[in-house]
Amino acid sequence: MTVTDAPPSDGVARLLDADGTRHAAPDHDRWLEDLDEAALRGLYEDMVVVRRIDAEATALQRQGELALWPPLLGQEAAQIGSGRALRPDDFVFSSYREHAVAYCRGVELVDLVRVWRGIAACGWDPTAVRMASPQVIIGAQALHATGYAMGVLTEAVNASGADDPDGPDLDVAVAYLGDGAMSQGDVNESFVFAATYQAPVVFFCQNNQWAISEPVDLQSRVPLVDRSAGFGIPGVRVDGNDVLAVLAVTREALDRARTGGGPTFVEAVTYRRGPHTTADDPTRYRDAAEVEAWARRDPVDRFAAYLRGAGVLDDDEESRVQEAADRAAAAVRAGCTALRDPDPLTVFDHVHAQEHAGLAAQRAEYAQYLDGFVDDDVTEGQS
Amino acid sequence: MSSATVTSRATGTTETTGPGGAGQATSGRAVSTLTLSRALGAGLRRAMSDDEKVVLLGEDIGRLGGVYRVTDGLQEQFGRHRVVDTPLAESGIVGTAIGMAFRGFRPVVEIQFDGFVYVTFDQIVSQLARMHARTAGRVPMPVTIRIPVGGGIGAAEHHSESPEAYFAHTAGLRVVSVADPQDACTVLRQAIACDDPVIFFEPKRRYHVKGEVDEAIELDAALPMDAARVLRTGTDVTLVTWGGLVGTALDAASAAADEGVSIEVVDLRSLSPIDHATVAASVRRTGRLVVTHEAARTCGLGAEIAATVTERCFEHLEAAPLRVTGHDVPYPPARLEQHHLPDLDRILDGVDRVLGRGGVATR
Repeated sequence: MTVTDAPPSDGVARLLDADGTRHAAPDHDRWLEDLDEAALRGLYEDMVVVRRIDAEATALQRQGELALWPPLLGQEAAQIGSGRALRPDDFVFSSYREHAVAYCRGVELVDLVRVWRGIAACGWDPTAVRMASPQVIIGAQALHATGYAMGVLTEAVNASGADDPDGPDLDVAVAYLGDGAMSQGDVNESFVFAATYQAPVVFFCQNNQWAISEPVDLQSRVPLVDRSAGFGIPGVRVDGNDVLAVLAVTREALDRARTGGGPTFVEAVTYRRGPHTTADDPTRYRDAAEVEAWARRDPVDRFAAYLRGAGVLDDDEESRVQEAADRAAAAVRAGCTALRDPDPLTVFDHVHAQEHAGLAAQRAEYAQYLDGFVDDDVTEGQS
Repeated sequence: MSSATVTSRATGTTETTGPGGAGQATSGRAVSTLTLSRALGAGLRRAMSDDEKVVLLGEDIGRLGGVYRVTDGLQEQFGRHRVVDTPLAESGIVGTAIGMAFRGFRPVVEIQFDGFVYVTFDQIVSQLARMHARTAGRVPMPVTIRIPVGGGIGAAEHHSESPEAYFAHTAGLRVVSVADPQDACTVLRQAIACDDPVIFFEPKRRYHVKGEVDEAIELDAALPMDAARVLRTGTDVTLVTWGGLVGTALDAASAAADEGVSIEVVDLRSLSPIDHATVAASVRRTGRLVVTHEAARTCGLGAEIAATVTERCFEHLEAAPLRVTGHDVPYPPARLEQHHLPDLDRILDGVDRVLGRGGVATR
């Protein structure tokens, strides 16, 4: 195991260099003291598994089984490091690329692809896994996370009778957003609200350098992390391809929120190595050399190099992890191809929580229309 | 069972029902004379007392009590964590209310003026309205959005809008518009108790109208939030309206009666869903329909009502349905708003036209 004392010189929190060299950094290391070998192997397996799931989902899209897929390739450390920092009773409000975060929340594998197969607007029960449905409107979820955190604070005040409860142990809301979202009004408003009320929320921004074809310097003339100070929110810039650093800074941010210290902004500097979605062609807007440069900073290879140097990972363990990844991919494929289209009348379900007379009439009208085709089986789900 | 003693859940008082006799509540119900704005405040107070998950969010609603004083005194009573003065960011207000609903709260949002609601359009139509459907019913959104609405008060731009059609067009929302103090209090309590998001319109020009208000009416016994009501019966023309024009419509009916024309006035109350059954039943009696609203004509709710009446009551109609509405113009400066807003004369002109009397507009 190689450890150097040289701190990163670029203002980015980093514990692992691209070659797997481990830096000692007391400010961050203190958040990792509980990590034993099993925990380290767990983080590695998580990253390998979600990368394999991501590849399988991309393949399923190419084969016509999914309508669309937004790949996370390159962002495994940012998502696993932060996702594994969360407590079960925290609540995640994410964008649409956070498949690895959903994996950490315990979402069933097949549920990861329901939305992308085009059969549901949300693949899972948000109340069960404590993660909202993937948000498509850029940045809208940052306000939901902030409001959730305001609710947590209100509950604590109501329970204690004091405006500033002593020694709180608050649930934390986490908003996942991207570099493009930093230009949205909703995100900036969420920073205002979170700071004003000192809400227990963590804004986890994956700066993956690209918002479809627009580079991050089109969104901001300053490093994204510098934005938060203007709102009165502490910010930290972390190497998003370093799973240990991400885990450490996210744990620290969560702890600040949990104990009444208010919001934190985390900029995880990473790279979207794949297309925006399977419908995108990134060769139209970026150089292969840039993609190749980021491939050399691969988060999975980096962690593997560190673990091998530390004697935590060997060939047998690597084989075991790869087999686990293949099993997960097979489960995604089998689950996906077995999914059937919902009944047509389910489009009317859950539009309202209580019956709405106008919609009930429309449903009855359409049901009657469909009944006219009953011999032709048009009401059967197609798959 | 010939008689029974029951305990009212709402009042905690005991009442006795005897054979053949309706129960007589023994509790002293507070019926008081309140303005519409005070009646709304009373409804909020009651809802907050009944359910600690009810929280208020808005600009100037706490220390000031709201620019129309609807929330006067509520922050003192319930504290600043339940009556929350927010930053001046409407999208932020609605977006955080959605987050609070995720946590199990029942937020009531105040949008200070109708024209300010457009900046939170996405959070209302893409987020709030769809969250229950998006999550397959797992996450209800019991959020009420109070919006002072409409003109007639000589206000500056963006303070006299009638945006109801945008929201009635949006799946997942309920939209209501109240017209008198009792209804304001009761429907607001019903809206807050509803598990769906409700856009709640408060007609600014009626804030100071006074009326008798029983703030403790049993919600289940009251007229449902989604029902229209016939405020005045008549035989010649059905006049449908809501909110700020209800008083004008009643005045028009009185004036018409002096000339021997009998107008039935329907207060629509609910703009989504629309109680088409009540409207259609009235038109089947009268054979004629006039709809009046402050909002612009094109794609306004008058079009929806006229179309539905035509579909349902075609063979009962003596004349084509007619709309008396605001023009398709940006809301005009205050000194010109009387030329935009339907008033008694324009409504009666419309009534004349559906009666084949050739109103001014066709001469």
